[in-house]
Amino acid sequence: MDTIIIKASRLTKVYNMEGVETIALSDISLQIKKGEFVAIMGPSGSGKSTLMHILGALDLPTSGEYFLDGQNVEKMTEDELADIRNRKIGFIFQAYNLLPRTSALDNVMLPMAYAGIPEDEQLKSAKQFLEIVGLGNRLHHTTNQLSGGQQQRVAIARSLVMDPAILLADEPTGNIASAQADEIMSIFQKLNEKGHTIIMITHEPDIAHYAKRIIHIRDGKIVEDARNGKQKKLTVS
Amino acid sequence: MNINKLIVTSFKNLSINKLRTGLAMLGIIIGIGSVIALVSLGQATQSDVQSRIQSLGSNLLTISPGSQTSGGVRGAAGGVTTLTFDDAQAISSSPQITTINNVAPAYSGRSQIIAGSNNTNTSVYGVTSAYVSVRQIELQLGTFITDNDVSTHAKVAVLGPTVVDDLFDGNTNIIGQSIRINGALFTIIGVTKEKGGSGMQNQDDVIYVPLTTAQKQLFGVDYLSSIYLEAISSDVMIRAQNQVGYLLLSRHNLDTPAEADFTIMSQADILETISEVSGTFTTLLSGVAAISLLVGGIGIMNIMLVTVTERTREIGLRKALGAKKRIIILQFLIESVILTFTGGIIGVFFGIAGFYLYTVISGSTFVLSISSVFLAFVVSTAIGILFGWYPARRAANLQPIEALRYE
Repeated sequence: MDTIIIKASRLTKVYNMEGVETIALSDISLQIKKGEFVAIMGPSGSGKSTLMHILGALDLPTSGEYFLDGQNVEKMTEDELADIRNRKIGFIFQAYNLLPRTSALDNVMLPMAYAGIPEDEQLKSAKQFLEIVGLGNRLHHTTNQLSGGQQQRVAIARSLVMDPAILLADEPTGNIASAQADEIMSIFQKLNEKGHTIIMITHEPDIAHYAKRIIHIRDGKIVEDARNGKQKKLTVS
Repeated sequence: MNINKLIVTSFKNLSINKLRTGLAMLGIIIGIGSVIALVSLGQATQSDVQSRIQSLGSNLLTISPGSQTSGGVRGAAGGVTTLTFDDAQAISSSPQITTINNVAPAYSGRSQIIAGSNNTNTSVYGVTSAYVSVRQIELQLGTFITDNDVSTHAKVAVLGPTVVDDLFDGNTNIIGQSIRINGALFTIIGVTKEKGGSGMQNQDDVIYVPLTTAQKQLFGVDYLSSIYLEAISSDVMIRAQNQVGYLLLSRHNLDTPAEADFTIMSQADILETISEVSGTFTTLLSGVAAISLLVGGIGIMNIMLVTVTERTREIGLRKALGAKKRIIILQFLIESVILTFTGGIIGVFFGIAGFYLYTVISGSTFVLSISSVFLAFVVSTAIGILFGWYPARRAANLQPIEALRYE
């Protein structure tokens, strides 16, 4: 399991807002192997979300190269990128980003619809994954009828339905109670054990300790990158 | 994602936000509806005017007295007394005139009419029996003026339906009753059928009396205000105009048509004049409609632009989940098509219904302008689709994260 799935070299990202340049990332190089569970930590404004978006092929770096599963992202066409986002990457947004006024089921089915999976199969997997995140009894609730934690779990179910090789999570436990946070971390660890690569942003050291490797970012630079010697393990039930 | 699935999704999306969908549709409905109602109104008015003039008869010639030009001094118009009953008789009896069927001399003036406690001021036409066939008058009750009435200066009157409404509150059981015209007592012998206006005057707001009675008893004149001629067919109008013109010139001792103290107008001449006027009117209304279409179009453009821009975040999310650009644009295009078509059809319905309501209230004819319906529909839906598609395409071209951050 030593295949390198993410290889970023000398990534920079500069935002140009009304003539003022803001450097979000400066010269970040990073390699992540298949099957790793990485936590990225850093104060707000340190560039961790920007890095996550570039790793998730949602944004392009200003300079530098990024190879995702051996392919140079910069050289891919729009449609190839859409396929990568659809099949290889599961993204959990900090703000959940669910479709408003749409049922949990429909939200989870959306990536499968874009993949062209037959509708009965979509329905089956969407139900299955909503049950995994503990929302089996909320299938037809619309987004605005769900609590923050429930919305977060719908977003997690949505990121998992396509069985992506890489799971990117931006503050997946940011808005939920710690008991639920532990539950989500146990899901992540189970997925990780099955071979999924997980990269997660968090500012809570507690949560970070579920990961095998912790990267600290400050001012757009990696300041620390270390194996987590005391990984917290949940008893897998 | 196939087309069927996209159409289902589009319907779902539109029904999720009913207020937004409703507002966007309202813009289209008002845009299309107002244009259809306006253009139809203009065209209906024009065809109304034309059909009314044509209903007067296409083989009708009207001789009116015109001012005499002698030695460069033109007499005052209106007070001309050059047409006489003898002129009318000469036209009907002359062997040179082969193109005229019927001659109806007439004198008209305005009078105060009293019946019981009601009174009205209306046109009184002194006519002969020929008037019925020349002017295509139909009676709903009683009889018309006869030649005997004319020769005996009978005090009888035939009323138009508007006058009946004014004087007898629409009660039609009035044959044999009396009315006073300029103080003199007249017996009602008939009521004409409704005919409608002739562009200038309401042909139903008239009273017919024998010509001689009008001239001698009511107005104290011995000339005519017009002579109506019925040509044998509408093909000989020019020849009839010439024959009658030369006869009258020689009777009035005039040498050239330039000196004529009368004018002979055919319905075609009148139609042409009025068509020019109503053409201007239609141009004006079309201008107003064009502006409505423009304003409606800008309204549609605005609402579509706002609606789709507002959904930039949704587009970003869909892209982040793996939607291809083509699919997103197609989805928004389908939504725009559904929105504008549904709105368009409702707009067409309201436009037609509004115009129909107007025709019912105003009593004018309901003529639907298919071309205006088509134009309004095509322009509005084209604008709707274009401005549903354009911002969607713009948003779909953004990086997913840029679209997601859009505010």
